[in-house]
Amino acid sequence: MPAWLHLMAQSLWPLLYAGLLFTVPLTLVSFALGLALAFIVALVRLFGPKWLVAIVRFYVWLIRGSPLLVQLFVIFYGLPNIGIVLDPLTAAIIGFSLNVGAYNSEVIRGVIESIPKGQWEAAFSMGMTRGQALRRAILPQAARVALPPLSNSFIALVKDTSLAAVLTVPEIFQAAQRIASVTYEPLILYTEAALIYLLFSSVLSSAQVRLERKFGRHALFQSGS
Amino acid sequence: MIRLEKIDKYFGSHRVLSAVDLALEPGNVTALIGPSGSGKSTLLRCVNLLEMPEAGRLELGDLRIEFSRDSKPARDTVLAIRRRTGMVFQNFQLFPHRTVIENVMEGLVTVQKWDKARARARALELLEKVGIAHKADAWPVTLSGGQQQRVAIARALAPSPEVLLCDEPTSALDPGLAAEVVEVLRQLASEGMTMLMATHDLRLAASIARNVLFLSNGVVVESGPSREIFTRPREQETANFVSTLTQSLPDAWAS
Repeated sequence: MPAWLHLMAQSLWPLLYAGLLFTVPLTLVSFALGLALAFIVALVRLFGPKWLVAIVRFYVWLIRGSPLLVQLFVIFYGLPNIGIVLDPLTAAIIGFSLNVGAYNSEVIRGVIESIPKGQWEAAFSMGMTRGQALRRAILPQAARVALPPLSNSFIALVKDTSLAAVLTVPEIFQAAQRIASVTYEPLILYTEAALIYLLFSSVLSSAQVRLERKFGRHALFQSGS
Repeated sequence: MIRLEKIDKYFGSHRVLSAVDLALEPGNVTALIGPSGSGKSTLLRCVNLLEMPEAGRLELGDLRIEFSRDSKPARDTVLAIRRRTGMVFQNFQLFPHRTVIENVMEGLVTVQKWDKARARARALELLEKVGIAHKADAWPVTLSGGQQQRVAIARALAPSPEVLLCDEPTSALDPGLAAEVVEVLRQLASEGMTMLMATHDLRLAASIARNVLFLSNGVVVESGPSREIFTRPREQETANFVSTLTQSLPDAWAS
């Protein structure tokens, strides 16, 4: 076995372990929280009172307009100056959730607006409240349209979690850095880390295809398949 | 009894309805006719408050609403009125993510809180009535326009509304498909269903409606029994409009 392959095989388990123990939970928790936030923000943008709309627009503007890396630094290294000390994982989850929330609130708002007005009216005409119309008529249709852009965001998040390395979270990239620094083999270690991210994001993409099939039963006929 | 009085409706500064009165007697079919932009669809949509008038009164059984610019009517009254009216749209507006029978059950289950088995039985009964029970488990996109509209009629009828509002029910359909929808509406009319329909289709109005209301620029020009309006209109404007029905064939064909 050549030396580089031997090194890769040796570091495979530490990297996978870091991925399973940190990258995956960090991604799942941040995405779930971020999506809930995105949904609330989208509803506020669509139906909320003006003052609340102004607040959430400010939030979206702030998060989308500044670098994620800088935001993570502010949260983890900056906030302690005003007495808010967070452990690395919590700081990362807050930073990633805020980002997922800001970007995807626009996705969710957009897909809800893309559902024809007549569908709301059909629901209203039977006496549904706005909440009922949203739940029963609009969201099931919007979910299918939202799935591809939301999956994009999810896969982007898997890779963005590598930024948590700078907050000392021992995830895949940080594990690779650690091994590279003692073996002096950055090319091998960082390539391997990239392959492991690729592995995780590929598994997640295949989950998206399955979800789309499930949500898209009624639409399969439209495309003639 | 359903009554609208002195209804004013504005879109921005444009006045779409001016002091319109409308009374629907139980068991009667009334057609709203008039050129595009005359306000007939808007008037229809004022009955179930998809459009909220700026002035006037609405009375549906024991429910009353007094409209004004400054106050919104009570939410519960609005919902109650919608629960007691059914609506059929020009473009059907079936829910594409639900099967045919689920579409018909939707209002019963979600709004009227029926249990599913009972709602399913009622839905099947209505699908049979509109001749489409064999498609109960199909997706709406697989149906023809005429079939979709018949499902939409069944859906609107499910909670036994006091009035069926039809907004251009045949306008999106070619003549053959329109005929099957007209047949269903005629059947309902003969069973004593109270209906109000806004339509371009003067043939549909003449064949089903007992009463006709002719609107132009948001004003009721003339109303009365259909036969009167179509054969002996009092107003010149009405005469001009209905002549498109009676004189639609080339002159040469008359002889």
